[in-house]
Amino acid sequence: MSDLHRLTIHEAHRRLAAGEISSVELTQDCLERIHQVEDRVQSFLTITEEQALEQARQADQRIADGQAGPLTGVPVQIKDVISTRGINTTCGSRMLQDYVPVYNATVVDNLYRQGAVMVGKGNMDEFAMGSSTENSAFHATHNPWDLQRVPGGSSGGGAACVAAQEATYALGSDTGGSVRQPASLCGVVGMKPTYGLVSRYGLVAFASSLDQIGPITRDVTDCAHVLNAITGHDPKDSTSLPQAPKDYLAALNDSLSSSPLAKGRSKGVLRIGVPEEYFVDGMEPGVRDAVETGIKALEDLGATIEPVSLPTTKYALACYYIIAPSECSANLSRYDGVKYGYSFQDTSDMVEAMEKTRQFGFGPEVKRRIMLGTYALSSGYYDAYYLKAQQVRTLIRQDFARVFQQVDALVTPTSPVAAFPLGAKTGDPVQMYLIDVCTLPVNIAGLPSISVPCGFAQGLPVGMQLIGPHLSEESLLRVAHAYEQATEWHKAVPVL
Amino acid sequence: MALDRQEVQHMATLARIGLTEQELESFQDQLSHILEQFQILAEVDTSGVSPTGHAAGASGGAGVMRDDIPQDSSSFEDVLSNAPWQEGEFFRVKAVLEE
Repeated sequence: MSDLHRLTIHEAHRRLAAGEISSVELTQDCLERIHQVEDRVQSFLTITEEQALEQARQADQRIADGQAGPLTGVPVQIKDVISTRGINTTCGSRMLQDYVPVYNATVVDNLYRQGAVMVGKGNMDEFAMGSSTENSAFHATHNPWDLQRVPGGSSGGGAACVAAQEATYALGSDTGGSVRQPASLCGVVGMKPTYGLVSRYGLVAFASSLDQIGPITRDVTDCAHVLNAITGHDPKDSTSLPQAPKDYLAALNDSLSSSPLAKGRSKGVLRIGVPEEYFVDGMEPGVRDAVETGIKALEDLGATIEPVSLPTTKYALACYYIIAPSECSANLSRYDGVKYGYSFQDTSDMVEAMEKTRQFGFGPEVKRRIMLGTYALSSGYYDAYYLKAQQVRTLIRQDFARVFQQVDALVTPTSPVAAFPLGAKTGDPVQMYLIDVCTLPVNIAGLPSISVPCGFAQGLPVGMQLIGPHLSEESLLRVAHAYEQATEWHKAVPVL
Repeated sequence: MALDRQEVQHMATLARIGLTEQELESFQDQLSHILEQFQILAEVDTSGVSPTGHAAGASGGAGVMRDDIPQDSSSFEDVLSNAPWQEGEFFRVKAVLEE
């Protein structure tokens, strides 16, 4: 095995385009790496070795024809909630254990059009509900930095896979932090784009007003490359923004003062706000230290740092855990054992068949959320829970909008804790929910945000989250890239 | 906000989820505890605040419309390929009405 599995997308692309390596070599190296570490990391639910090598051969032909794009021939793992034609898409659930989609998600078609090589499907919490990947019906994933600890979730497979160098990058989905939080816990870059920027067509629905697909990569440049490939208007998704394509790579620039957001400001300097509410009680001291050091680095780069307040932050968790389960209870009603998926047949009664199908097909967390959502939407409780949460959602949005009159971006911890031991929080749902306290307000407001590695707490990676106004991906990437250029954290790799 | 056993069973019935005795018991505790956390919202004054149903509205993309032009859809074979029980071009289900 060579060291090709360690390359970033942009490094691999340079060497592929120059003819120094082939996609088949790169793909084989990743597959060997998978064979070497997967029994310990367990980031995959399906490994698509044969298809990957076939795609690699096609990519090599395309490169030989001078048609190579930045992602051509580069291996990717795709979260198992994103539909892949002809390849099992289980959502980490017994319910869809044998489900084989008959169409690709738009993001998958977009990657394939670029000549991507898919090496497999990523492990996840069942239906993306969870923060540790322990809710997968099939197996847990282990954090490559400490195999006794969780990788975060729900896209824990993707983050662990990229950190363990089993694929060059991954696609995850983020409903309340499910890309950014595992990226933070595994020491890689994770981005949730503005709601509507990336098509949700073919993303199996959890909470439709919050779900968004995002990249998990080794550095910010790679993140921009993937964003370039997956963004764009999709007529198959009615919430897809009618945006003209942008070149996110062109947005990367070392100087913070040239941010387009900073233009027109009196000093022409980027202003970054630090919301005190995100430095919560119970935050680990090592996480706080790493994030504060990261904020200092942003200041050294020329940004002005100012304290800001988002007083509705303390209501975000309750707001989210009413809205997301409500939408989930509606979306998951489709699993009735009739059209696809697991089906309990050993009864003559239709209602009993459905109840047993859902009893045996769903795991405990999914059942909890369906029940919670059913309660919040049921007559007599709708106003007190669902309507109230939607009103609070308005206030949370307005809070962000007000703060973005004052500053160009926000910086916060991504997660108040570093990776925790497997099994440590599975007994108490509320403790697990609290881990997403810094990420879920962003989904509630539909904002873009990125998590970048900013240090270590007792040997475990820590992530720093940047949040911007709607469609400010270019500025966020620019700030994140400038920070990355000034620090070495993204270069750290776990020993496996 | 403690839920009683009947309420938990009622939710399970509405959601068409069969539960064991043990699940019923643990969900009663857990869901009660979660609902307790939601009480914090009662302190927020939301009078006159309009609800936000969707983040897309905030970024200008709610309900993008297109012309209603007939297009090819998936084939019967594709649509039925994951069906647990089928007959001809149909999904089969258990009898809904008594004979």
